[in-house]
Amino acid sequence: MSDIFVVGTDMIKFGRFPDRDIEDIGAEAALLALKDAGLGIQDIQALYCGNVGEANRSLGQRVLRHVGQTGIPVVNVSNACASGATAFREGWIAIKSGLYDLVLCLGIEQMGRGLLGGGASHGGIPTEGIVGSGTMPSMFATLGVEHTRNYGTSFEQFAKVSVKNHHHSILNDKAMYRFDTPLDQVMEAEMISYPLTKLMCSVNVDGAAAAILCSERKARELGLMARAVKVRGSALQSDPYTAHNLAMMDFNAVTRLAAAAAYEMAGVGPADIDLIELHDCFATAELLHYENLGLCEDGGAGALIDSGETALGGRIPVNVSGGLLSKGHPLGATGIANIYEITTHLRGEAGARQVEGARLGLTHVVGAGSSCAVHILEKA
Amino acid sequence: MPEAVAENVIPLAPFIGLDADDRPYLHGVKCAACGETLAIEVRRACPRCATIGALEPVHLAEQGKLYTYTVVHRSFPGVKVPFVAALVDLDGGGSIKGNLVGVALDAIHFDMPLRVAFENFAAPGESGERHIRHVFQPIAG
Repeated sequence: MSDIFVVGTDMIKFGRFPDRDIEDIGAEAALLALKDAGLGIQDIQALYCGNVGEANRSLGQRVLRHVGQTGIPVVNVSNACASGATAFREGWIAIKSGLYDLVLCLGIEQMGRGLLGGGASHGGIPTEGIVGSGTMPSMFATLGVEHTRNYGTSFEQFAKVSVKNHHHSILNDKAMYRFDTPLDQVMEAEMISYPLTKLMCSVNVDGAAAAILCSERKARELGLMARAVKVRGSALQSDPYTAHNLAMMDFNAVTRLAAAAAYEMAGVGPADIDLIELHDCFATAELLHYENLGLCEDGGAGALIDSGETALGGRIPVNVSGGLLSKGHPLGATGIANIYEITTHLRGEAGARQVEGARLGLTHVVGAGSSCAVHILEKA
Repeated sequence: MPEAVAENVIPLAPFIGLDADDRPYLHGVKCAACGETLAIEVRRACPRCATIGALEPVHLAEQGKLYTYTVVHRSFPGVKVPFVAALVDLDGGGSIKGNLVGVALDAIHFDMPLRVAFENFAAPGESGERHIRHVFQPIAG
């Protein structure tokens, strides 16, 4: 079976746009990606639109009203924070099926401010703070403390993730925040849920990203191979049963499942990957995923962040875009913004933050509930 | 021994049950097929082994050990902070979340033995304590 390529991709600079229409935010990204590919909406055969907040309101179709209503099939895709990557995978599956040659995958989100999650209620009243906590920060704080329990990981080690990722985003003109946060500033910022301070939590921002997938046959026919990036592996999994899964949302087991499937499909291992964009929704998450993705052995994440090897210029750069922590995390857009980032490096077009000689990149997202999508991309 | 509670009490967690005398207890299930004990209600199939019709209701132990936790400092308006959000492994099986109370923050340690206590609770704006929640307390000694 022939390969499938990313032939166009782009994202808008993430930010806060309360006065823009969400359809316009999505259309901007879609048109940028089409322009990157040198194509028009008339060339696209299907649209997969990843979004959380408007999941049941036909957002993809509404975007086409701003891009061109060609009557193509639209699937609106929702998988919490993995929505964008799920949309990308669905587009990939559609081409794999042989039904289509060219699909547009879009990820869009327009968010309010404030804490995510915590909407748990029982017996008719909200139970936040009465029966534990259900917010996303406390969930990832609890997972971080579990890592401390198992391996002695320190508050300082978690905080180093924020230092690294905020520093990276200075080189990324698409990032929402672009300033350094020294270690003491991160650790002394307002404590949200121990060990996560405000600077260790990703920011609710607005944004959109798009990627155009193309069959090999069509890419050759259209002369798009020069900047094409091959999808070498694609995986999506849900959370398998684990002993604590019903009480504490799982992001570890689901990531291990998806990573194993993606590595197997691609025929590569973690040591072959040149750069990674993983789901650092909170600083604690990045260390967990170092182990979940096999970048180090279990228990080695603290030493890995200490070593500096996951910073730009290190052995395995992680989140050189600035990650969700600094670039921002519009829920539906993130999964495709990661594709944009990896593709840009594989094309050699990442400018000041270019990972030299990048040939293989990995994207990773997780969504509450849970989902995990992992993609492995290769320079064609 | 749980305190007797007022009539028409409303449990604030899905695993708080009320017995025939309206006394609270922790209810869970045990799977007859795979042997796992879970802090959930009876469902059509076991989430662990997928066997249909194998879940039987059981009372969960009202003590256990602290597995992991966080100290929440920032929350929604009206939520009293800081509070300790704990995940506890109950003796004999089942894991549940809840607030850890009655312990200094620097005295919290992994695997500390805890007991479950039930409390009546008045929801904001309601008169009378019509709700009941559980909390975890350190076991003295």
